[in-house]
Amino acid sequence: MALETSDIQNKLVDNFELIVSDFTQQHDIFSFEVDSKSILEVMQFLRDDKTLRFNFLTDVCGIHYPDAELDRQFAVVYHMHNWMDNVRIKIKCFLNGENPEIDTVTSLFLGANWQERETYDFFGIIFKGHPQLKRILNMDEMVSFPMRKEFPLEDGGRTDKDDRFFGRTTDNC
Amino acid sequence: MSDSKIKMVEAPEGVEGTGFFATKLDTVVGLARANSLWPLPFATSCCGIEFMATMGSHYDVARFGSERMSFSPRQADMLLVMGTIAKKMAPILRQVYEQMAEPRWVIAVGACASSGGIFDTYSVLQGIDKIIPVDVYVPGCPPRPEQILDGVMRLQDLVKSESVRRRSSPEYQELLASYNIS
Repeated sequence: MALETSDIQNKLVDNFELIVSDFTQQHDIFSFEVDSKSILEVMQFLRDDKTLRFNFLTDVCGIHYPDAELDRQFAVVYHMHNWMDNVRIKIKCFLNGENPEIDTVTSLFLGANWQERETYDFFGIIFKGHPQLKRILNMDEMVSFPMRKEFPLEDGGRTDKDDRFFGRTTDNC
Repeated sequence: MSDSKIKMVEAPEGVEGTGFFATKLDTVVGLARANSLWPLPFATSCCGIEFMATMGSHYDVARFGSERMSFSPRQADMLLVMGTIAKKMAPILRQVYEQMAEPRWVIAVGACASSGGIFDTYSVLQGIDKIIPVDVYVPGCPPRPEQILDGVMRLQDLVKSESVRRRSSPEYQELLASYNIS
């Protein structure tokens, strides 16, 4: 018997009520929002429940919404996968723009270690209780969190990019 | 050697007579160095693939005395940087350069090594000349093996005409000092 999305939704609402919200079906993936303070217990329930059995944390990543209200300027997105029924879900947690903090889930999934480090590296989101929260891909000396919208994507040290050579000025020919 | 197919490097300018040949030390040393440049391939992406073709029998970099790839910087003369250098890689490239013994030359192969190429982004070094001095830049994305060979030949021209004392000249010391390499 396959695991239906309505079963997932009912189970979560029965157990967590207002902590989980905004259930949507986005293309082929069932998505919902979890209060960022409760991610650990919700994820533990999703993993350990006898019917839900979301045994695998596929991905952790961040999103920056600079134009949103202050309490929803950052999001952490978790993708989970139930291998037995082959069902996937997506969980979104919104965080404060000035103080983006969320509990680490490394106690549930060891694989979250590097994924949370990467999210910290690019967005500056603090994972409380993480065993080694330091940069993983960028160089250690970097001071910015490059995927935040306020940081320029282009490198300031570029010297050969003269607009006159690319036909981008009006008087270049 | 009239019917031989083997091409020899031409003798430098000098005074020739019966049983002797006189020329400048600079040109002899330059000739020897230019025709035995041991390359150190520092390949990080697609330009490295083109260099593999350059090493192969079809293009055959051995014709220029460079068949001996040195994967230790201590026994290499010519550092070929091929591919995108991320900023995290920059200190490693610099260390490799510092470990090479003098005289040493650097070729930046391809757009990425020369200027950052299409990767105008926070994580990529915008040209290796930001951290080490470069002698020859090879354009292309990636350059064809012919272009890499042309770069090697241009470098040979530099090596041939270089004074044996260049490496202890104040200008050269100043160049290294500008890169904070002692």
